[in-house]
Amino acid sequence: MKFTWFNLMPWPHLPADFREKNRSVWVDIDSTLYDPVRGHDVYNDYLDLLEYADQLGFDGVGVNEHHQNAYGMMPSPNIMAAALTRRTKNAAIVVLGNSIALYNPPVRVAEEFAMLDVMCGGRLVAGFPVGTSMDTNYCYGQIPALTREKYLEAHELIIRAWKEDKPFAFNGRYNKLRHVNIWPKPIQNPPPIHIPGGGSVETYDFCLDNTYSYSYLSFTGYIRAKALMQGYWDRLTERNEPDESPYRAGFAQTIVVGETDKEAEDLYKEHVNYFYNRCLHVHAGFADAPGYRTIKTIQSGALSQYAPNMGDLSNLSWKQLLDDGYVVAGSPDTVREKLEHLAKSLRVGNLFCLMHVGDMPADKCKHSSKLFAEKVMPKMRNIFPEYDNDTRFWAQPLAKRATPAPVDAALKTRETVAGE
Amino acid sequence: MNLRKIKTRHTETHVLEGGSGPDLLFLHGAGGITLEDPFLQALAAKYHVYAPLLPGYGESDECAEIRDMLDVTLHTYDVAEALGLKKPILAGHSMGGMIAAEMAAIAPNEVEKLCLICPAGLWLEDHEIPDLFSLLPYELPAYLFHDAEAGGKLMTAGMDFSNLDFLKAFLIQNARQMGMAGKLLFPIPERGLRERLYRIKARTVLIWGDSDKLIVPRYAQEFKKLIAKCELVSIAEAGHLVPLEQTAQTVAALGRLG
Repeated sequence: MKFTWFNLMPWPHLPADFREKNRSVWVDIDSTLYDPVRGHDVYNDYLDLLEYADQLGFDGVGVNEHHQNAYGMMPSPNIMAAALTRRTKNAAIVVLGNSIALYNPPVRVAEEFAMLDVMCGGRLVAGFPVGTSMDTNYCYGQIPALTREKYLEAHELIIRAWKEDKPFAFNGRYNKLRHVNIWPKPIQNPPPIHIPGGGSVETYDFCLDNTYSYSYLSFTGYIRAKALMQGYWDRLTERNEPDESPYRAGFAQTIVVGETDKEAEDLYKEHVNYFYNRCLHVHAGFADAPGYRTIKTIQSGALSQYAPNMGDLSNLSWKQLLDDGYVVAGSPDTVREKLEHLAKSLRVGNLFCLMHVGDMPADKCKHSSKLFAEKVMPKMRNIFPEYDNDTRFWAQPLAKRATPAPVDAALKTRETVAGE
Repeated sequence: MNLRKIKTRHTETHVLEGGSGPDLLFLHGAGGITLEDPFLQALAAKYHVYAPLLPGYGESDECAEIRDMLDVTLHTYDVAEALGLKKPILAGHSMGGMIAAEMAAIAPNEVEKLCLICPAGLWLEDHEIPDLFSLLPYELPAYLFHDAEAGGKLMTAGMDFSNLDFLKAFLIQNARQMGMAGKLLFPIPERGLRERLYRIKARTVLIWGDSDKLIVPRYAQEFKKLIAKCELVSIAEAGHLVPLEQTAQTVAALGRLG
């Protein structure tokens, strides 16, 4: 198993009556609720936590891209990833990912991912999402029915920009470039690529065609994900793919660990509630722009997880959240047992562990993460021993990597004096 | 009215056709149009009406090759050609009015009589048009009708969103139709028409409902200013769906084209 420590980076200071007074946490949220001075501390804490996860031995630290919302404050995941290249040592830097239809031209993604991979010595795991409809259509104005075509063109351009050794002309419908010739190029060429999907057959095929890992990033938990992930594995069988490596798939799961089941509830319940009550409060009119999802996908029943028909998640009890698998919470033994079931039933080798939840403070998050790293992770490492050698979907860093020079103690003292 | 299917370069196009009189090509708005539409029925009493459905509307196939304003404009000329029409009266409502205006601007010698019914296509910063693509079904009547209560009943008759099969069918229809409309209207229903309206040579009747809350009557003044031979007919007690709310008056106004 590969464990990635993930932080959506929500704004932790939404008022208690946020849901009553605002129609949406996304797109047209009241921007005066954001306070950049408090934001300075929030970003600092969140980066500390990601660095801590590296020290704890997680395989990866994960960041992603969202816009105009209090649910996840990384409009540019690459800026966060760049910050992580300096103080993390071993963890893969999992950027899940860049919404490639939004970059103009998309060679920007080829360039920035290459920069990141070079900076971190080949630790990059790259992701290419289409982006949520809120981000891609309502915030960034992409025409819904053309988004996928634009996405596929961007993908072709990025891969060619990495692969080709000579300058080339790219005459696309959305991108016309006379001289494509990026500097730098990535160490891993291409880096392993993960594609977040929401149940469309087109995305299953896209992953299988290109040997990309299919990731289901859901908040509704592993029990409800069964049908969707089974759809992927059935498609793989239908196409007679040569192997069914669990590393072809990934899943995101909210996880909180306490010394006991009771401690987990006592410590984390309020923060989990904050997430489900406030961070997922998306106006239904922004959930799924008509044309964003293909007709085939709607027919298959794969609707947006933000759509109102998914049910109201705002008032789920702790018991419901656990019983229905939205959240995996409890003692290390409880968590391990549930996650083993998750990994085997969904057949996923890549677990994106949503270890920071809602407005959880850093000390609690560290406590939970440490218990997970020390008492859960080691026992789950070898669930899929027959695929231990499958290196296709994970970063292959340089054996010898450069490290930042220590700060000069003398200069540091001078700075402190000057600042006093 | 009858459904007729014709072949154009890009796709099979479904055309609602009926009535007798001068040829009239009518282009529907983002909500689409059906054989039972009372406005079409009323037009058919005076004209030979042709109302093509855009790809994705009704039973017609979606068409990935039609992507933007120019594609739609030329596709609609292809439809007129396939129907054997020679300079029909060209009329359009809302998004259809935007297309009709483009057709008249791009080939000014092809269109002699033009009727624009509260067309989309312009954008005034002081009068933002509501985001049609983020409105929920129950929010629509207030924007579309003068009498929102009666209009709401008309629109939501038979709708049951708690029924999953209904919901899925609704979402599919919405994705097909508004997915197509989005190519012209998302995220802002403006594709440069302002720069081209000067080219229109057609005698133009512009029809606007006084209570239009989607594209407010201020836009009527703007179209009137930008089109050379343009007569404005304002209709009282009518919203954006003026052809439904004041059918007879809308038909009469169109009749001013002769």
